[in-house]
Amino acid sequence: MSNENTAAVQTLTPELRAFIAEWKSKPGNLIMVLHQVQQHFGYIPREVAFEVADLLEIPLAKIYGVVTFYNFFKLQKPGRNKIQVCMGTACYLKGGEDIILELEKQLGVGLNTVTPDGEFSVEAVRCLGCCGLAPVMVINGEVFGKVVTGSLTGILDKFRNNG
Amino acid sequence: MANMIQLEINGIPVEVEEGTSILNAAKKVHVKIPTLCYHPDLTPWASCGICVVRQLVPSRTEPGKWVPSPKLLRACCTAVTPGMKISTHDADIVKVRRTVLELILANHPNDCLQCPRNGSCELQRLAGDFGIRDIPFPAEIPSIPVDKSTPSLVLNQNKCVKCGRCAIVCQQMQNVWALEFIGRGEKTRMAPAADCTLEESPCIKCGQCSAHCPVGAIYENDETAKVWDALRDPEKHCVVQIAPAVRVAIGEAFGKEPGTLMTGETYAALRRLGFKAVFDTNFSADLTIMEEGSEFIKRFTGKGGELPLITSCCPAWTEWMEEYAPDFINNFSTAKSPQQMLSPMAKTYYAQKQGIDPSKIFVVSIMPCTAKKYEISRSENMSSSGYQDTDVVLTTRELARMIKSAGIDFVSLEPEAADSLMGEYTGAGTIFGVTGGVMEAALRTAYCLITKKDQPPSIDFMDVRGMQGVKEATIDIDGTPVKIAVAHQMGNVKQVLDAVREDRKNGVKPRYDFIEVMACRGGCIGGGGQPTGATDEVRALRTKGIYTDDERSVLRMSHLNPMITKIYEEFLGAPLSEKAHELLHNHYRQTKVYSK
Repeated sequence: MSNENTAAVQTLTPELRAFIAEWKSKPGNLIMVLHQVQQHFGYIPREVAFEVADLLEIPLAKIYGVVTFYNFFKLQKPGRNKIQVCMGTACYLKGGEDIILELEKQLGVGLNTVTPDGEFSVEAVRCLGCCGLAPVMVINGEVFGKVVTGSLTGILDKFRNNG
Repeated sequence: MANMIQLEINGIPVEVEEGTSILNAAKKVHVKIPTLCYHPDLTPWASCGICVVRQLVPSRTEPGKWVPSPKLLRACCTAVTPGMKISTHDADIVKVRRTVLELILANHPNDCLQCPRNGSCELQRLAGDFGIRDIPFPAEIPSIPVDKSTPSLVLNQNKCVKCGRCAIVCQQMQNVWALEFIGRGEKTRMAPAADCTLEESPCIKCGQCSAHCPVGAIYENDETAKVWDALRDPEKHCVVQIAPAVRVAIGEAFGKEPGTLMTGETYAALRRLGFKAVFDTNFSADLTIMEEGSEFIKRFTGKGGELPLITSCCPAWTEWMEEYAPDFINNFSTAKSPQQMLSPMAKTYYAQKQGIDPSKIFVVSIMPCTAKKYEISRSENMSSSGYQDTDVVLTTRELARMIKSAGIDFVSLEPEAADSLMGEYTGAGTIFGVTGGVMEAALRTAYCLITKKDQPPSIDFMDVRGMQGVKEATIDIDGTPVKIAVAHQMGNVKQVLDAVREDRKNGVKPRYDFIEVMACRGGCIGGGGQPTGATDEVRALRTKGIYTDDERSVLRMSHLNPMITKIYEEFLGAPLSEKAHELLHNHYRQTKVYSK
């Protein structure tokens, strides 16, 4: 798989292995395990998916069936700064799409793609539950409400190269 | 006895067993509800929506009157209930079905004329039945690269109607898990996991996906062009072999009933196509029995080798074992499959006998199987004659196309005989095409070789026949019990292996002495390269054809085949001789489930 952002081969940590061992015999374990894996890596690395299949003794295809079905799970490493733009009804009506277009313009990459420097990735999400603040954008968990396209440069600068 | 349920389909009363689907209840009173994703081999999962019907319910406004409920039911997966009244073809239902069909067609390339499934496509047939003339929705055709990575199958996701049959067959029937529903909604694809090609995936090339696909989304790798080139090349001496299961299915491509024996017509057609010699894989099935039967006796009588002995004629099965069950490598019969026995004999024995330069001999084999295309280059043992032993494998479907394009009136041909050198066969050779057949053929000969008697008490070993997924039996060979198991349809095999693993773990003698495995349901007669449309009804007819061929044979045990005796006398020496080992045996190795 081409993933320029995965420099090193990823592998399950001892904590994740213990988690899998604990959940192995329980029904519905796959989703739980995948959640934990994604929380750690930010996505489901291919080689880790193979490890999970071995440890849970399930076909790899089953893991990919689940991972590609749910929008939540990612197979590509997201940018260091993860931007989520709400496209729920209220945000959509209040110009969510304009924000996405402006972000694409400023970052030079489209949705679900990481910028070449690995700094940003943008994804569209469904209602974030704060429609009163529409249009809403979340960066690394920090919520920005009533966003206007003119303010985006400043917001991005705040996150750029701050790590 | 199961509870019986009475209902009405379009006003026609019908009684069926509890648990029957509306679809099957309708079938019983000759009402055909159209389907697309449904396949009788599989548990229905209601993905396409073509089979919708409505239930009649009492009218709220007009007492005593029955009106259709607005709720649509999927006939494939809705069980009947007592007193149900079903409407299958009222105007509203037909309209819904039509719209579903139009939506599918809007996402489907309309290049039917160039499609490998032209004439055998279920979507094409539905469009015809519905009289679709134009599609009111804008076309949205995907353009995903076509996967031609395996020598056996081509996966063209652009033609996929997302019915899911292939993935469900691959997972549930075959336990292979090469294909999965990848993605969601309109972006769903049937594809291998982890961005792999089919070749890199766990695919065992059994081709059951292609046999179940309703359209041209996954199909055999067509190699007829290579064969036409060879036939037209004056330098080449083309010879051909046909597998047991081909003769009972090829007629279907020409309008014959499944199971019609077309052996002589097929030989005649192959000669008309230009083959210089027509051999029969049934002959080399007899040869396989000599080798594998001797191997069994050697192991069974404690002269070396592990028990249980496991058959290895099926290349899809051997690939599955190499990926998923490498702990059974030493149990595998080293005897090659009949296909891979005949081809090296053609390039050695036949070449010498006829004084032909083996480098000029081009061996084509006609198989009911897509995995056979992979088998011919699976290891260096497949070039034991000094050349690649088999040059090209064609499936039954490809041969039927060649015969049609050559303008041969197949069904009217005068039956001919195969070439005598490697064309004569016994009934034991022909039953290789059905589940239990290899076992039965081996038992017939092993009985005689062990007891030195002329014939077993009954030549028909009924215990190994039939469609049960795993068949177990203890065969009495003059007081010595031989414990056997026969499994077909890959998904049924694991339980047999697990039983042996349990015995190993407990340090006891394995519960079986001999195991036969065939990857496809029913054996090769249900192979992935056979004419499409196989169901258990079709498989039963093809199976009947095979046993008829066996019963009609004068000789029904491999070791009685005079040409087999001759080939050992003149060329091979004895079963398991050094020469036999060099040409007729091979080896297995562990492979990765995913190669990428």
